[in-house]
Amino acid sequence: MSNPPDTLFRTLADPTRRAIFEHLCREGEQTVGALTERAQISQPAVSKHLGVLKQAGLVSDRHEGRMTHYSAQPGALAPLIDWTRQMAGFWQRRFDALEDLLKRMDQ
Amino acid sequence: MNDSSAVRSVVVEREFGFPSEKLWRALTQPHLIEEWLMKNDFKPVVGHQFNLRGDWGGTLDCEVLTVEPNKTLAYTWNYAHDDAAFNLKSVVTFTLTPTRTGTLLRVEQVGFRPEQKQAHGGAKYGWQQFLSKLDEALGRIE
Repeated sequence: MSNPPDTLFRTLADPTRRAIFEHLCREGEQTVGALTERAQISQPAVSKHLGVLKQAGLVSDRHEGRMTHYSAQPGALAPLIDWTRQMAGFWQRRFDALEDLLKRMDQ
Repeated sequence: MNDSSAVRSVVVEREFGFPSEKLWRALTQPHLIEEWLMKNDFKPVVGHQFNLRGDWGGTLDCEVLTVEPNKTLAYTWNYAHDDAAFNLKSVVTFTLTPTRTGTLLRVEQVGFRPEQKQAHGGAKYGWQQFLSKLDEALGRIE
């Protein structure tokens, strides 16, 4: 979360990396092998992209035996998320809580 | 790019089936504010400075700007963060309008983040399009 936005932009500027990240967001945790099958590039190339994504905090890895599983960390995108959308969601949830409170309050 | 281009605004409206006097209490009494918004030391007095303390540990610096009982409440909503990307200066305005069956509550938050130039420039690379595809994942982010 502490990565400055320009690191995130640089990391996601590459379409292949973006596709890998997007795929992890949609499909959940994946091994390098599974990602390579989809990506139509070599496994070392996929691993390199994953390394860059990991440095930007966008993915995390988990070792299990000889396999490494990667998963997306969408929280790292927070600085890029449109502020309006974020705040609208915030106020909608607060209004839900306000509605609950009003129902509990004495007249 | 000047400051005005970084202005952001969000409006959320909802009708509540309660009179405006009751909503006003929920918006201006500290123990009630805490129940739906955040811990606070609010007072409905123009110029009063207070904090809103979030569950995540962050503290917002606020100052009361407008108090028109049962109608309008406005205060600043500023967040200072070590990482400039999270800095925020904004004003939150609550407007209460009686309706046939209750009260329409409108909250408008207008603000800007002076250090967000990269994020703005990013739009031309299609980030919006990219991010919109990630709706589901992003929905989990507070």
